[in-house]
Amino acid sequence: MSTTMADIADHGRGHHHAGVDRSGPPLVEMQDISIAFGGIHAVDRASLDLYPGEVVALLGHNGAGKSTLIKILSGAYKRDAGEIRVRGEAATIANPRDAKTYGIETIYQTLALADNVDAASNLFLGREILTAWGTLDDAAMEAEARKVMGRLNPNFRRFKEPVKALSGGQRQSVAIARAILFNAKILIMDEPTAALGPQETAQVGELIKELKKEQIGIFLISHDIHDVFDLADRVVVMKNGQVVGSALTEDVTKDEVLGMIILGKCPPGATPGPGAMRE
Amino acid sequence: MSQATTGMPALKANSGVKGIIRSTEIDTRMLGMIGALVVIWVLFHFLSGGIFLSPRNLWNLTVQTSSIAVMATGMVLVIVTRNIDLSVGSLLGFTGMAMAALQTDVLPQYLGLDNPFTWVVALILGIALGVVIGGLQGYVIAFLGVPSFIVTLGGLLVWRGGAWWLTSGRTVAPLDDTFRLMGGGAEGSLGTTWTWIIALVACVLVAASMVMARKRRTKFGFPLRPVWAELAIAVFAFVVLAGAAAVFNAYEWPSMIAARYAKAHGMTVPEGGLHIGYGVAIPVLMAIVTGIVMTFVSRRTRFGRYVFAIGGNPEAAELAGINTRWVLMKVFMLMGGLAAIAGAIATARLNAATNALGTLDELYTIAAAVIGGTSLAGGAGTIAGALIGALVMQSLQSGMVLLGVDSPLQSIVVGIVLVIAVWIDSVYRRRAA
Repeated sequence: MSTTMADIADHGRGHHHAGVDRSGPPLVEMQDISIAFGGIHAVDRASLDLYPGEVVALLGHNGAGKSTLIKILSGAYKRDAGEIRVRGEAATIANPRDAKTYGIETIYQTLALADNVDAASNLFLGREILTAWGTLDDAAMEAEARKVMGRLNPNFRRFKEPVKALSGGQRQSVAIARAILFNAKILIMDEPTAALGPQETAQVGELIKELKKEQIGIFLISHDIHDVFDLADRVVVMKNGQVVGSALTEDVTKDEVLGMIILGKCPPGATPGPGAMRE
Repeated sequence: MSQATTGMPALKANSGVKGIIRSTEIDTRMLGMIGALVVIWVLFHFLSGGIFLSPRNLWNLTVQTSSIAVMATGMVLVIVTRNIDLSVGSLLGFTGMAMAALQTDVLPQYLGLDNPFTWVVALILGIALGVVIGGLQGYVIAFLGVPSFIVTLGGLLVWRGGAWWLTSGRTVAPLDDTFRLMGGGAEGSLGTTWTWIIALVACVLVAASMVMARKRRTKFGFPLRPVWAELAIAVFAFVVLAGAAAVFNAYEWPSMIAARYAKAHGMTVPEGGLHIGYGVAIPVLMAIVTGIVMTFVSRRTRFGRYVFAIGGNPEAAELAGINTRWVLMKVFMLMGGLAAIAGAIATARLNAATNALGTLDELYTIAAAVIGGTSLAGGAGTIAGALIGALVMQSLQSGMVLLGVDSPLQSIVVGIVLVIAVWIDSVYRRRAA
């Protein structure tokens, strides 16, 4: 891929930081989260937070535990230990429905679309609009779908076809539309551009900036620092299930972050976590 | 489908036969199935020397189809969720036996003999029993994680044995007079007047629903079907409904039965005999109503939407916050209830409950759903398709009986047709994808 999000976000250092609101409590705080699968500590005492209007890139190798950590936040996994607070208050998140009631929306790497039904049905899956009779109001759902898709992907016309007939980019826009349709406060994007071409990647970059302006907090999960570095206000690096450290993007270089990802070595500009290599 | 045309749905619609079909937004696969049915019918009609398409044979054909048709509507949802239910034949036998025993042995003790409510109490208890059994199997499948193939294979044995055990193998007969109406026959049909009224009401409902749907789409400013396409569909529906009513009404009571009826009701038999049309049979009406209700459930309710979403991508459905296990359990409860309704039809038709009732019906039910376009991979299938599939299966069998084909050869033909039908369907799917 010749174009990455890094090329699009060319506004220079410090720009993104402007929109972050650190006056109140964080949107989300995850504290000392642990989960084990069959004796393997996939996530070990990891802590993470996110403020309104902030983009936090969660980086690490495949298997570093970043997707697992984020799936605990989105309700797909149940944590063994630790605490989650939303806007300063303790939150119980036992399943995906709970997470959604807190305004936490997730765009999964696999997109998690039901391939055999159409775009509108996917957008409203689990949250259908009903008529006064309690039946599905497909017309109203299609109208909403046309509105939100018009904003994300103005050329999209294939509302009647099952989403398996759509291109990768179109499917991605359906998944993104689903996440922002219900006034998300916290948006989790797992490898959001992995399946996209340059133009679509650019669109996602623009969208992230727009959502930031609306004071939505965004977690960007990626194994590739180049995809996300220039969009992020802050980076958090994980390795072997532990947080290596976190840093404002203006305080570190890409090479230093790479050092965190590969070696677990915390540079001077970063705050070390439990997973940082000891000198 | 080429990329260039997909962006402009309004413009692509207007050329050639394909364009005409597309304008009506009718599923081409469904058209193919109806076409196959017509071919089978016409073929048998000529081979049988003009008997197959007689009102009498068509009337019998629909009555024979009804119990499998009722179960096939539920089997669609089961298969759509990537499961299977092998127990429905035994469940039909078990619930049928239970309902028969209830109305002959148990209920008379409380309601007295010939109580007009005996049939409905027996039917409701039978359906409840079916729902409970389906729920039990569904619970084991959805919450305990045992594959549906195994659970319902066990069910096949358990409920067949259970049917024997209920009455120690005794055949229960005869049944309550009102209950028997669910099996069809001269008394169990609605007669010509009611058949016309029902056909008329159905026409009005079709027209009203089409107008309503169009209004809604206009309100939201969505693209509409061309008016001629709407009219064509409406006219087609009217012709089919009126034609079916006419065929059902054209089949007349045998003169003996008519004469007996006239005597019992103090009527004088006019010259040239008494002509009483059968009209639509009650079991056929039950199957049609089941089909309509199940279509409604699968397309217009949340439950139906979830069933299809689970079939398309179980993980996505779970992540969307759907309680997939509970939905799955409900699918099996529904299937159990439908098996009980089919049990009522089958026992009423036989005027007896026997141990063997419904044997192999699970296979015919699955075959009907699959011939009707339900994908065993999950996520795809229609109720209407399953009803047509059931009709195709029954047409093949009745046709061969009419031609005097030996019963082993019948099985061979039906088996081969099943495989060919699914093969054609998979070729179609690969092309469409």
